[in-house]
Amino acid sequence: MPLDSENKTIVPTEFKTVGTRPVRPDGMDKVTGRARFGADMSAPGMLVGAILRSPHAHARIRKIDTSKAEALAGVKAVITSKDLKAQPGCDMDILVNVMARGKALYDGHAVAAVAAVDMSVARKALKLIEIDYKVLPHVTDVDEAMKPDAPVLHKHIEHDYHQDMLETADHVKGKNEKTLPPGKRPSNIAGRYQFGHGDPKKGFREADVIVEHEFKTEATHQGYIEPHACLANVSSDGWAELWVCTQGHFMVRDTCASLLGLDVSRLRVTASEIGGGFGGKTTVFIEPVALALSRKAGRPVKVVMSRDEVFRATGPTSSASMKVRIGAKRDGTFTAAEAILKYQGGAFPGSPVEMGAMTAFACYDLKDVKIVGYDVVTNRPKQAAYRAPGAPMSAFAVEGCVGELAEKLGMDAIDIRLKNAAKEGTVSSYGPTFGPVGLVETLEAAKKHKNYKVKLGKNQGRGVASGFWFNFAGQTCTTINLNIDGTLGLAVGTPDIGGSRASMCLMAAEELGIPYDQVRTIIADTSSLGYNDVTDGSRVTFASGLATIYATRDLKAKLCARAATIWGIPEEAVDWENGAARPAGANAGNFDPLTLADLAEQAAATGGPVAGHYEVNADGAGPSFATHVVDVEVDPETGATEVLRYLVVQDAGKAVHPSYVEGQFQGGAVQGIGWVLNEEYIYGEDGRLQNPGFLDYRIPVCSDVPMIDTVIVEVPNPGHPYGVRGVGETSIVPPLAAVANAVSAAMGVRATTLPMSPPKILAALNNKMRQAAD
Amino acid sequence: MSSVHVSTMINGDEVDFVCRPDESLLDVLRDRLGMTGSKEGCGTGDCGACSVTLDGRLVCSCLVLGAEAGGHEIETIEGMADGEDLHPLQQKFLDHAALQCGICTPGFLIAAKNLLENNPNPTETEVRYWLAGNLCRCTGYDKIVRAVMDAAKDMRKGHRNAA
Amino acid sequence: MRYESPQTIKAAVGLLSKARGTSRILAGGTDLLVQMRSGMLEPDLIVDIKNIPGMFDITKEKDGYRIGAAVSGAELGEHPKVKELWPGVVEATELIGSTQIQGRATMVGNLCNASPAADSVPAMIAARAVARVVGPKRARNVAVEDIAIAPGKTSLKKGEFVASVFLPKPKRRTGEAYLRFIPRTEMDIAVVGAGVSLTLNTKGVCSDARVSLGAVAARALVVDDAADALIGTKVDKAALDELAAICAAAAKPIDDKRGTKEFRIKVAGVLARRAAAIALKRAKG
Repeated sequence: MPLDSENKTIVPTEFKTVGTRPVRPDGMDKVTGRARFGADMSAPGMLVGAILRSPHAHARIRKIDTSKAEALAGVKAVITSKDLKAQPGCDMDILVNVMARGKALYDGHAVAAVAAVDMSVARKALKLIEIDYKVLPHVTDVDEAMKPDAPVLHKHIEHDYHQDMLETADHVKGKNEKTLPPGKRPSNIAGRYQFGHGDPKKGFREADVIVEHEFKTEATHQGYIEPHACLANVSSDGWAELWVCTQGHFMVRDTCASLLGLDVSRLRVTASEIGGGFGGKTTVFIEPVALALSRKAGRPVKVVMSRDEVFRATGPTSSASMKVRIGAKRDGTFTAAEAILKYQGGAFPGSPVEMGAMTAFACYDLKDVKIVGYDVVTNRPKQAAYRAPGAPMSAFAVEGCVGELAEKLGMDAIDIRLKNAAKEGTVSSYGPTFGPVGLVETLEAAKKHKNYKVKLGKNQGRGVASGFWFNFAGQTCTTINLNIDGTLGLAVGTPDIGGSRASMCLMAAEELGIPYDQVRTIIADTSSLGYNDVTDGSRVTFASGLATIYATRDLKAKLCARAATIWGIPEEAVDWENGAARPAGANAGNFDPLTLADLAEQAAATGGPVAGHYEVNADGAGPSFATHVVDVEVDPETGATEVLRYLVVQDAGKAVHPSYVEGQFQGGAVQGIGWVLNEEYIYGEDGRLQNPGFLDYRIPVCSDVPMIDTVIVEVPNPGHPYGVRGVGETSIVPPLAAVANAVSAAMGVRATTLPMSPPKILAALNNKMRQAAD
Repeated sequence: MSSVHVSTMINGDEVDFVCRPDESLLDVLRDRLGMTGSKEGCGTGDCGACSVTLDGRLVCSCLVLGAEAGGHEIETIEGMADGEDLHPLQQKFLDHAALQCGICTPGFLIAAKNLLENNPNPTETEVRYWLAGNLCRCTGYDKIVRAVMDAAKDMRKGHRNAA
Repeated sequence: MRYESPQTIKAAVGLLSKARGTSRILAGGTDLLVQMRSGMLEPDLIVDIKNIPGMFDITKEKDGYRIGAAVSGAELGEHPKVKELWPGVVEATELIGSTQIQGRATMVGNLCNASPAADSVPAMIAARAVARVVGPKRARNVAVEDIAIAPGKTSLKKGEFVASVFLPKPKRRTGEAYLRFIPRTEMDIAVVGAGVSLTLNTKGVCSDARVSLGAVAARALVVDDAADALIGTKVDKAALDELAAICAAAAKPIDDKRGTKEFRIKVAGVLARRAAAIALKRAKG
């Protein structure tokens, strides 16, 4: 059923069920320890798999000898890249990332794997695999990697530096600048993106004040508490099953099938409960390896990553090097904006720089704007999506400049944003014209909030920042079945990562006018529904929610038809209201309402089972804007930052389950606080990751943060039948900049490098004192 | 590697198991006894997802050897509810939406229960520091702290009513 | 790998003396199990000393208190008298890790793990604590600052282990404190640590002091010059500033993933000054 205009007009303003806060349906299992996550499943005859990883950042693999490992008692299979042959049409980057071939491209890159009777034997076997490496020069920093004389990871990636010099040039300034001839040459620059409109040169000429800074951010990891885990079972006739914690089991099925050369129908993937993902579980790492081991051993194989492996070998997000320039009139009106963004995405192309470039200035109504982004490869693990991929870094840079403009112009930090805020009709910096959006509403609500009026003390500072995320929609397929007692089973294909089953139940119950607990939502396996895109892009409450509503409407139409049959009146003469089919009016006849239970009881007699269905490649995911306000105190003697209070104001369109909407706001804010203050990938001179554990990769702990205050703004999204917008990602876009602005205000120096860890803050303060003394 | 035979008490039940000397109590619970409610988030005592109590002390089961458990009493998430009756903390976690993905939840519940047994009237700061060894990446801790404070309040009331 | 759980010190010493390959003592296990898990260490023998009588005891002796090798941080913190007499040592021990780690980690383990960043060690040094080393020969008493000799290395000989630590009763009008710097509020390894103990005479003049710094050298430092800067003063601003300057100068740190040299030097002085101020307050009662 297409998204027709009739459907779009049904945007209720009054809800009975949606907007309430019931207990989530999967909650009981999660508070009692019964919920089964990735590593919690086992199978008869199961082996354990373990993976050998490169200790080198960049090395040619001259030879792998697995004979001693194979000979060890208890070892049932050993595989290398030879066991994962390139299949026609498979994604070579993913294949090479899953198991190195020819070269190890980063510390932690998988090079071989074993399946054995237990972990003790498996570990012993890994030690018996002999690999002859030739260590190569490596590069992990994005600016270094862009230089024409940097060690090159992939010969097939080429770039024309000469062409760039004519346009933006910044990154190639240096010793080779003049000698570089035109034409393409092997390089780590894998892509260039450009967005914008108007003429920034002209715009900057009109400016009274111009602010310009260079910014750097370090890579951060999604930091989900559940390491990747899966259980693969490939039978000797090639039928395979996989149990896995993932954000998208259809993606896992299709990718694994293509890497292993299986018909898609042969692989059935079931999504376990998932212990966090934040984008990091939107691709495959161990899954093809577990399947290949199981295929070779002829037994089920479970592979569970250690935390060390999660940090070294799964995707953190990019690190970034950025330059931003914004010009404004004395009254605060922005006249022009420019940005150059360079993101390294690890050993393969695909950093989120394109989205970083698109989102950079999306909060503002600009007539002259230009953004250029470079996608760069380095000897680091292949980046994976991380919550609003690419956006937090560019927002950090842009909002930092906006904050400084407000200071220079003596304007309030919210007023300058209100003056330039994108609204309905604004042509966005990345192209499209915005429909109804809620940035202004978030700014106004933030300004009114009590936190914004608190007086600050010594060494304290306040920071404000706004943020934007597009939100995704995408392919979605959903079925709702009427059970024999009148209750309902709802099958969706998008893994529930933060309470989406509760939201689906709420929306189905709202449509039918029945209590929330009459609907059970499950995440169906890949053989039970049509294709569903991954749980990402804040799309699930929007897209699976939309599909749930339309599937339920489909069910309702069928139920009305059954009632019409029972009553012997035309279908159009039956309405659905308050949980029952009713005659549409006095003319339709005088019949007692037929509830779901009544209709279920008579289903066999009226045509058999009743089910509603909906499939769509949805669009219309309305963007969500947010404004964050944070107060911090900096200890001038140690550089330690304390977050005193934090406010998130964000547009949810319509909050289906407000508690979980607030939870997304709060979780995103605290991840952002970690990113800006302490989290970072630390590499040694040898290119090895020095902090692959939760001790030295410092995500915020409970005592690091205050309560996170929230305000839900609801500007309905016309693309969704209830007005829903995704909320999961926008919440991590403003915090880097908000906290950075607050820290900068507290210490009187603009902070431009993340993380703002105590040594950096103290160094900046000492520097300031030295300058003042001179 | 010579295996060790261990007799212990888990959630009030006598339990015997055999394990290798290098196996952690967490490995034993999950892989030998099928008690997968305790989770491994790090294996190095940095995340608290494997929290259990050992003779009433809160510990990370990944930092206890299975072999050491002999003669001791262990409590895990599987023993927290009394049949159908949830512990007040479990109910408050549900009521306050104090979980998103739920992987850290068993560890938080065990740690919070141990807190309230030691300190029935904790301040917000005391709750935050006691729970600092339990990492949560989803919630930002706000609703977890609220759930614990609210459960403590109810449990104090319950105590007075019972007395 | 073998796991043994002897019932006497003699049996434990016997096992350690005879062991071939790598052997390790298991008390709290919070360092040992992490090292085993990471593959850094594959011991051939683990000797669990927790079934030896006395290992969990906190015993009052004539001139102080003796803390058994298996006493966890949580248990130490629950002992009102020890907490009253050595607030700095107890605070330092309670800083090691989370509540969960506190349920297991021991002061003696912290000492014998020989990390330069061990929190309890500068506090114990400031308190003039003495380790009781048992082994094949007669038991001997060793000043805690002489246990660790380099990161991960101790002065203990084959067959020896530390069975307890003795805390000598402080003189009247003594105050002590330990402070450390970590980037988070919990769950971190000290980037810098400072332990200070000072004694005042009846006139409020400092008559004795001891200052120790952690995480700024290969092992915890005893900074006698810093103590001298306090002795004979009323621990006023000038004395505290001098203490800070001496501590910063004494720090010989490295740049690593946890902090820079520049940062550690500066903060060593800051923390020593702040710890001394707390110790002074405590000494005044």
